[in-house]
Amino acid sequence: MLARNSRRLAWLTMNNVNEAVKKVEYAVRGPLVVKAYEMSKQMEEGKKFPFTELVFSNIGDPQNRGQKPLTYNRQVLSLLMNPQLVSNSAISNIYPSDVIDRAQLMLRYTTNGNGQYTQSAGMPFIRENVADFIRARDGYDCDPNDIYLTDGASIGIKAILELLIRGPNDGILVPVPTYPLYTAVIPEFGGTSVLYQLDEENGWSLDVGALRKNVQEFKKNGGEVRGLVVINPNNPTGTVLTKENIEEIIKFCHEEEIVILADEVYQENCYFPEQFPFHSFKKVLRSMGEKYQNTQLASFHSTSKGIMAECGMRGGYMEVLGFDQDIVQTLYKLRSIFLCPNVVGQLCVDLMVKSPPMGSQSYSMYRKEYHDVYESLKRRSIRLVKTLNKLEGVSCQPVNGAMYCFPQITLPPKAIAKAQELGMQPDALYALRALEQAGLVVVPGSGFGQKPGTWHFRTTFLPQEDEIEGMCTSLKKFHDGFMAEFA
Amino acid sequence: MHVKALEYAVRGPIVVRAVEMEKEIKANLAAGKPSGYDFDDIIYCNVGNPQQLGQTPITFSRQVQSILGNPQLLSVVKDTYKPDVLERASAMLKHTKETNGAYTQSPGFDFVRESVAEYIQKRDGGKYPCDIKNLFLSDGASKGIQACFTLLVRGAQDGVMIPIPQYPLYTATLTQYNATAVPYYLEESKGWGLDIATLGDVIAKANKDNAATPGFSVRAMVVINPGNPTGAVLSYDNIKEIIQFAHRNKLVLFADEVYQENIYDKENAPFHSFRKVMYDIGGDVAKETILCSFHSISKGMTGECGLRGGYMELLNWPADLQAQLYKLVSVGLCPNVFGQWGVDLMVKPPAPGQASYEEWNQQYQGHYESLKRKAGMVVEALNKMKGVTCNAVQGAMYVFPSITLPPKAVAAAEAVGKKADAFYCTKCLERAGIVIVPGSGFGQKEGTWHFRCTFLPAEGDIAKVTERLAKFHDGFMKEYE
Repeated sequence: MLARNSRRLAWLTMNNVNEAVKKVEYAVRGPLVVKAYEMSKQMEEGKKFPFTELVFSNIGDPQNRGQKPLTYNRQVLSLLMNPQLVSNSAISNIYPSDVIDRAQLMLRYTTNGNGQYTQSAGMPFIRENVADFIRARDGYDCDPNDIYLTDGASIGIKAILELLIRGPNDGILVPVPTYPLYTAVIPEFGGTSVLYQLDEENGWSLDVGALRKNVQEFKKNGGEVRGLVVINPNNPTGTVLTKENIEEIIKFCHEEEIVILADEVYQENCYFPEQFPFHSFKKVLRSMGEKYQNTQLASFHSTSKGIMAECGMRGGYMEVLGFDQDIVQTLYKLRSIFLCPNVVGQLCVDLMVKSPPMGSQSYSMYRKEYHDVYESLKRRSIRLVKTLNKLEGVSCQPVNGAMYCFPQITLPPKAIAKAQELGMQPDALYALRALEQAGLVVVPGSGFGQKPGTWHFRTTFLPQEDEIEGMCTSLKKFHDGFMAEFA
Repeated sequence: MHVKALEYAVRGPIVVRAVEMEKEIKANLAAGKPSGYDFDDIIYCNVGNPQQLGQTPITFSRQVQSILGNPQLLSVVKDTYKPDVLERASAMLKHTKETNGAYTQSPGFDFVRESVAEYIQKRDGGKYPCDIKNLFLSDGASKGIQACFTLLVRGAQDGVMIPIPQYPLYTATLTQYNATAVPYYLEESKGWGLDIATLGDVIAKANKDNAATPGFSVRAMVVINPGNPTGAVLSYDNIKEIIQFAHRNKLVLFADEVYQENIYDKENAPFHSFRKVMYDIGGDVAKETILCSFHSISKGMTGECGLRGGYMELLNWPADLQAQLYKLVSVGLCPNVFGQWGVDLMVKPPAPGQASYEEWNQQYQGHYESLKRKAGMVVEALNKMKGVTCNAVQGAMYVFPSITLPPKAVAAAEAVGKKADAFYCTKCLERAGIVIVPGSGFGQKEGTWHFRCTFLPAEGDIAKVTERLAKFHDGFMKEYE
């Protein structure tokens, strides 16, 4: 028995902090971006740089780049924030009547107004509307009890991973490259990311053979693969999976009893819907035989992307299928500690899944705004991919969805040597120079993962159309300069 | 992670049952049939959720937020809203851009954090500056608390002192992280205060009990002030002693201060923030004690639980640690923007002289006085019930009376695999339609029983609540005596 004063008392320091946290990296808001914010402040204070403005292309945040929210949504939201406006004549003169009706309908479901905690899975009427949306999208039934509203998709993803991961022997299949939420959260929960390489030469396709190999490898070393993360449409690559690909994945996971985490937040950002339409994992699963219907699938969606792009509201949902009742109870318990997802986020989910119907007063304006944003995103994606493919040593696979380009850059040996000298990844050096010399804020490929020996960076195509030209010009000038410097 | 074991009684099985019963009752009444129970409505007294029970949101805040929700409204409402509403919304829009649905910086908007810093400085007497670098906005206080725990807790070797009784977020979080809860008991007979002399023993006992766990040490201490569920407000001296104790033992101090505006006896039991007392102590204590203080828009007179707004201030955290926290919170991108704006509006309400001040003040004081009255009414009614004693409520939103349960009741509970107070509360739901939470959900001294009940129902309904409770209690005691 040790006496109290023989214990070394120690304040919280880096030496005794939870080690798992140290492993957490999130490049989308990493040190490069922090530096960019500092530079932004310095510019405001009058400091001069070799460029006139910073272009933040590091994050999938359309409104940050000036994209306007959909008018109908914000009109309804304003009434929900102050229900007293509903009976106000100035409002009824300006707002279409269907806006007022919608707000009244939503307010009826939130007795006593909407500032209270809601049920932990979210307000029932919204979960029902989500179920309707999913039914209409997929043509198969959907039970609102399988729907959990979440503060952005990230929170739902964390909840499922938390259920799956017991320790380092639990592996979660994560694509390379990946949205770095996964590679951050899995170590935070003490699990192991089992990386599977997407095939760049083939438009970043997903090869089930590669999955199988990785699973076998991990099992050999005593581990158990418990989940598969698949992002469709893909961030950062922009790939949209074919129906056949999705079927293969489901078959594989069914065989191996692996839970599928289908991150589908970009489902409304599919730019060539005839050739590369979006197929939800749910729909494909339901179209397969009876034997597959016990597959465990969690599908995630969000109000942050698509055309709505309400990132700051933190709205989202997940549909959880194939889990036993007691797991569902555990999930409910987990969610209930934080009481409920934020109400505005929940209301935004409702607005996302239930837009003004044809014939309603707001319908044409809504459809026009939606269409304009969508077409603009498509144009900008094409423009940027084209620009990138014209740069020396740069190749960018076709972008069929999401909000990003993930070009490969062939870095000259001198640049790689310089990076090593500075103790940086070569693509981080490239991105740093892009920031310092051209004001371009992009994220190095090493933040997302890539095949060893290859280098990439991720840029969004979200700057508004008038800015994209300037961005393409700056990018070319910077890139040519960089290649010349390290020739 | 250790999810199977965790429990959160505030939304436990009794509440799930209540929701089912409420559906039944509503359906029956809608069909013109009797409710099927001895009552026609379920009254939820289980959660500190003021607006659910009818407390109105602050008008000024909602007016501003309606404009933030649709900035185009600014010109439309210029004759509907008072000028200071328009000014405030415009000022906030300058910081956010009109396309204000974007993500924000991960610690939250600078301008909101500046408002928080001003509020903190003013609240604590203007003596101690607050640096916004130490402020992180969060989706409710709970999220901030969780982030800090994630950093602090490695596993069973980390002991965290929690008060008994406590708000079960703490026990749930510790279970989730497989850390060791180290209980310290609040003294019911002393108004739920803290006896400092016992704290040293708590650490010694914890070290002894966990001697088999390699590297075990007590690393942190959670204090909830004003107390949930107890309603006690710590005295200045008590807070001072706690801080000095934490400093001596190098405990990271978590000060959950979300009820700081729910203070009902301002003369005898005013609120003192932990940071103020720490700075008053000065010297090494002020420089070295790692203090995390939490506040929220869910409580007080704001009651905006659903918006999920809050903040934390981290004092004396090493810079490299703070960078880790920044990294952690950045993975979730940012706290939701309406919650952030809600924080700004809470800490910076209309000032005297401003057009909306009168109305704001009336609303604020109205809510406050009503809460104070309701607290008194409920405590009085409880103390009249046989075998029930309830301490006076100095703060927060709850009563936590102790109930003396007859042995027959305890036996009946055991027979159905329930704790005696959970059995009592289940019967209370079934027979009286009042949703309360068993004391075992919060922790209590072995052999004692309690329940937590809010005093949030509208004043007109409080009598109904206390009558139904009293009737149920009498019946229950008679049945099991």
